[in-house]
Amino acid sequence: MKRDIFQAIADPTRRAIIALIAIQAMTPNAIAEHFDTSRQAVSKHLRILTECELIKQEQKGREIYYQLEIEKMKEIDKWLEQYRKIWETRFEQLGEVLKVMKKQKSEG
Amino acid sequence: MEFIVDKETKTVSITKEFDASRDMVWDAYTKPELLDQWWAPKPMTSRTTAMDFEVGGRRFYAMVSPEGAERWVVQKYTSITPKTNFKIFNAFADKDENLELPGSDWDLSFSEQGGKTKVSISIYNESLERLERMIEYGFREGTMAQLQNLEELLAHLTQEPNT
Repeated sequence: MKRDIFQAIADPTRRAIIALIAIQAMTPNAIAEHFDTSRQAVSKHLRILTECELIKQEQKGREIYYQLEIEKMKEIDKWLEQYRKIWETRFEQLGEVLKVMKKQKSEG
Repeated sequence: MEFIVDKETKTVSITKEFDASRDMVWDAYTKPELLDQWWAPKPMTSRTTAMDFEVGGRRFYAMVSPEGAERWVVQKYTSITPKTNFKIFNAFADKDENLELPGSDWDLSFSEQGGKTKVSISIYNESLERLERMIEYGFREGTMAQLQNLEELLAHLTQEPNT
């Protein structure tokens, strides 16, 4: 199932998990130690993040490590960049309107 | 322009300085005939059909794509301090002004210094998903088909259990 990336980062625990493994890849147990919730709950968050392709599993010896998918995180920034552009365009247009208003005022 | 997204507090903060008096900037934000000249990012256009700038009043407008597709928005004025600040509750709507909730809370402040006016806007969204939706509608040239696809996608997402 394909999940929505923004749904994934809307949850505070999942954001905390992302912040944790952004620093270094970690095993599910090591991740769970950082939270008061049950390991089961943490597993569920890890599963959702994996489904969103924000994190991925890597087998190292007998242990599974989770690590961050940097490229996917960049998608979020790309999307926010669009929003920034809306406001940039809007403000450029406002600047033009204000210029005309000033001109009219000085002529009137 | 300063543009800060705080994912933790679900707030977008935007600051911009304009080379104009505060009176002028205030007018540009509060008079429909002026707002429509700049509000919609090109090639979209803004068409305000009703606006009463007073507490409890609202602006009802459409973002119109070059193909003529309309996306209606209601902005209710929840607080006004003349020439200094106003707050709005922003929500998408249908053409009959029925709101599509949840919306977002906007706080706009205006201050003048040395003949220049600084505008500070903070937009709080209940969910990032909502913010995403706002961007889709505001930015894309958006044919009706595109909008419909998005509606379907969002409907699908909201049907999923909250995890």
